[in-house]
Amino acid sequence: MITAAALAFLALVCAVGAWRLVRARWTYRAPHVAIVLWQALGVTWGLAGTGALLAYALEPYNLGVLRGLHAFAASAVEGGYDQPEPYDLPRILALIAGLTALTVLIVVLLAAGVQTFRARRRHRTLLALIAREDPEVPGVRVVDHPGAAAYCVPGLRSQVVVSKGTLQLLSAAELTAVLAHETAHVRERHDLVLLPFAALRRALPWSRTVQDAQREVGLLVEMAADDVARRYCSPRRLATALLRFGTAGAVPTPHGALGALSPASAVMARVERLVTPRPRLPRRVRYSIVAFSVALTASAPLLWLMPH
Amino acid sequence: MKGLGELERSIMDVIWAQPSAVTAREVGRLIADRDLAPTTVMTVLDRLTRKGFLERTRDGRAWRYAPKESRDSYVAELMLEALDLTGDRSAALTRFAQAVSGPEAEILRRALMELEEE
Repeated sequence: MITAAALAFLALVCAVGAWRLVRARWTYRAPHVAIVLWQALGVTWGLAGTGALLAYALEPYNLGVLRGLHAFAASAVEGGYDQPEPYDLPRILALIAGLTALTVLIVVLLAAGVQTFRARRRHRTLLALIAREDPEVPGVRVVDHPGAAAYCVPGLRSQVVVSKGTLQLLSAAELTAVLAHETAHVRERHDLVLLPFAALRRALPWSRTVQDAQREVGLLVEMAADDVARRYCSPRRLATALLRFGTAGAVPTPHGALGALSPASAVMARVERLVTPRPRLPRRVRYSIVAFSVALTASAPLLWLMPH
Repeated sequence: MKGLGELERSIMDVIWAQPSAVTAREVGRLIADRDLAPTTVMTVLDRLTRKGFLERTRDGRAWRYAPKESRDSYVAELMLEALDLTGDRSAALTRFAQAVSGPEAEILRRALMELEEE
């Protein structure tokens, strides 16, 4: 019972933590650290939530979650004769709920991975047929379209792409800043950070916290890339590039694609910290948060293994 | 010798520039600036058809190839995804910034002016 309770408590801590972290603003002063914490919260929440149900359901085996699952599977295959004690209804329900939730989480994550992979492959194929190289911006693919777009297609052979409209919109210094930003996304594999949150959003589309979390992690990833980019370019030029992009407009807003935090305030938040940067979070605090994240991430698997 | 991707792209450009469907022989002639073996042209046309970029119809003993979609419609597809307007919340691309409209854009415009004045 203690394991089940501990896991349930852990899941609750993660949910409350995520709810609080959405509103926290210290995260803007250390986006990389905040991203690590978000990932720890996400993984732990999933493992602890499902683990709590399974730990309760499999308690009669007295083997813990992981070995309990194994024992249950073995006895199910053998026809269920060596049950240590009769299952009561709550345990059966917990078992069904726990296995379902675990399956949904895994399937949704895999589906999101496959879907992303396909979308990127299609995008790459089209780019190969359509995009051109521009001597002005070596190593960058250019798409002939008047709209403003700059993005990267992540992957093993990642590509940075800008539209012709972008080249006209931005000054040379601003373009350098944008490219530094995109290169940071590529190098730090921010797409992998975002993937599980996009998947979770699809699994729980009605959850406000999940929606907020996805949006917040999306913003933190942008800020992290801004922070890397400002080492290679003028932060001021990055800020004006952002504003120019934001006002390039003439793009209809898709319905249902916006979160509570409007895109304008997200852009403003990024601009403000580029123009008037606040001090970074002290090193001591940053290290403590990372250490906490590591401990949190390790806690759920350990509880899955614990025998009682 | 350029890669297969480069070849596919040149051949698509040739076909897009034609008003009607063309045969492999015509493609070979139109792309005359490089001496391509006719079999190479055939292979690439076949690949592009299998990938769904070309449609082919029988014309006597030869095939005639026509683009399935216009170049512009592929550009539009790329841009829809690039600007995150497909609405499927995918994390396939990482984008620089989102454009906004209406009064929100006004806030950004004013901020930009202030930054440029300083």
